Amino acid sequence: MTAPADKPRLSRAHMLDLLKQMIRIRHFEDKCYELYTQEKIRGFMHLYDGEEAVAVGIIPVLEQRDRIVSAYREHGHALVRGVPMTAVMAEMYGKQEGCSHGRGGSMHLFDRATNFYGGNAIVGGGLPLAVGLALADHIQGGDLVVACFFGDGAVAEGEFHESLNLAALWGLPVLFVCENNRYAMGTALALSESETDIQRKAACYRIPAEAVDGMDVVAVEAAARRAVHAVRESRKPYFLECRTYRLRAHSMFDAQLYRDKAEIETWRPKEPIIRFQGWLQSNHMIHPEDVPRIEAEVDAEIEQAVAFAEAGTWEPVEQLTRFVYADRSVPADR
Amino acid sequence: MQQQTFGSATIETTYREAVREAIRDAIKRDERVFLMGEDVGRYGGCYAVTKGLLAELGPERIRDTPLSESGFTGAGIGAAMAGLRPIVELMTVNFSLLALDQILNNAATVRHMSGNQFGVPLVIRMATGAGRQLAAQHSHSLEGWYAHVAGIKVLAPATLEDARGMLWTAIEDPDPVLIFENVMLYNMSGKLAVDAGPVDIDKAAVRRPGRDISLITYGGSLWKTLEAATTLAADNIEAEVIDLRSLRPLDDATIIASVAKTRRAVIVDEGWRSGSLAAEVGMRIVEQAFWALDAPIGRVCSEEVPVPYPSHLEQATIPQAHKIVAAAKAALGRA
Repeated sequence: MTAPADKPRLSRAHMLDLLKQMIRIRHFEDKCYELYTQEKIRGFMHLYDGEEAVAVGIIPVLEQRDRIVSAYREHGHALVRGVPMTAVMAEMYGKQEGCSHGRGGSMHLFDRATNFYGGNAIVGGGLPLAVGLALADHIQGGDLVVACFFGDGAVAEGEFHESLNLAALWGLPVLFVCENNRYAMGTALALSESETDIQRKAACYRIPAEAVDGMDVVAVEAAARRAVHAVRESRKPYFLECRTYRLRAHSMFDAQLYRDKAEIETWRPKEPIIRFQGWLQSNHMIHPEDVPRIEAEVDAEIEQAVAFAEAGTWEPVEQLTRFVYADRSVPADR
Repeated sequence: MQQQTFGSATIETTYREAVREAIRDAIKRDERVFLMGEDVGRYGGCYAVTKGLLAELGPERIRDTPLSESGFTGAGIGAAMAGLRPIVELMTVNFSLLALDQILNNAATVRHMSGNQFGVPLVIRMATGAGRQLAAQHSHSLEGWYAHVAGIKVLAPATLEDARGMLWTAIEDPDPVLIFENVMLYNMSGKLAVDAGPVDIDKAAVRRPGRDISLITYGGSLWKTLEAATTLAADNIEAEVIDLRSLRPLDDATIIASVAKTRRAVIVDEGWRSGSLAAEVGMRIVEQAFWALDAPIGRVCSEEVPVPYPSHLEQATIPQAHKIVAAAKAALGRA
């Protein structure tokens, strides 16, 4: 045995990196919001404000060869995974320099280079794919972990139950990560689930499970280390419920009639960046100049990403029908 | 029903055995290939297609699944994205509706949504069609629906050669391919070349040449259409019978070449008439060969009713040779 896999890493450099990754997502999406109001970004766009600790706590624990499936609130997952911000922003614009060639947009970020198997915009639709990606690894005798992110809304779908059962029945290395932000679009969890303690559902499928405070990046990371280690060693599924809160609207079209502003205000002080920053300060792990420096670095990267997207090009309409079927005149990539 | 193959040495076989041999051959040829579906292993397949394969090939290659059509179809898509070549058996088209989200929203879209970074080289097999008195929920012919979907390919093997040969070609295809096997064909016996192997999956076939009218069909209706052509021949009407084989993409060239020669067409399709594949074929003829036509295009489709249980009503619902004969004669002004 090597050192315990779930031991938290509390070095200052690591703490600052966690903070930076969360600020990076937050500022990126603040810019996306602004660009949306300018009609640079269109369509559905779902922001991750308040939930950043989940992606930042889990994804860096995975190895490069591991696979990730996400849903449609996935900008944060893609950025933490290492999909270049330039390519993500260009995809938000629909430019052909985007990470999905502009064909996907906000909800369909894909990146083969980082084994990022997509933003899936059908609730629950990604879970069976994750099972299949893990089945392939099982058949090929590999040692991968497939991390599958989905929201609390997916729990009501049949595909959730089918996928948990298949992964457990066949012994497949899937880390199921439920990002429980308490609302499925506008429907509160208690209005859609008879059992609101989501992690308990995994027990029916004999999948080990735990719930973690999804607003605490250190706690999420510690849980992720346990979870990823368990999947990697056992080659069996594991279920991690991250309890979090979405501070912004479901999408840009959401008037938020289903919750009080006061409720949102009670959550704002608990959000992961403020909370982690405060914890770092009270433990003297951060210097006064650290946050402005991080923000300046992140904002410079965002500025570059916007410039990249602005300079990006529209795919010629003559190419409209590409990518429906493989072009067999060129060597297949897979 | 009988069919003949001439040339090399032949064996007597059935459509069911031809499909089984295609599966066995594919799994032995390529270590990335495996089959999964409901009751494909221990039970031997709902229509006994996979009988004996579990014992021969083992549970990793012949994988029984729970009744989770969406789950295991999606798993097939994921495994294909990861580089394997899964064959998913959905038992019948009726149950494929439980996996429609995965087929339509994932299999058909992933290559496009990912900007060509990920493909889905998946084959999905299922039985289709009426005729076994299985009533309204087990007798659908929805292959025409699937043929509507950009991003997938749709095949309908009607002959022993195609039952044996389409699967491997479909597996080698980099995109998702759906194969529809008509339930009334599984028991069809005939001679198949000993060395029968892969066939193309993008061309229609002229199953009977003729000069007077084009009868265009696919799948289980092919044999009724050939029977009708024999009946018509007794009245000195030489019908050309086209087997579409691939419903998506459609082989326009073969269809149009036939109609340009015969100047008349009747399309035979077990789907419901409204919004049917027959409507699509008819419209393509209108678009591409309108001035060649000497008569309105005819259609023989299923009646607009959920398939009933009693045999006489079921048979009255789906296309029959006598209806095809009548439609052909009407197109020729000899009704």
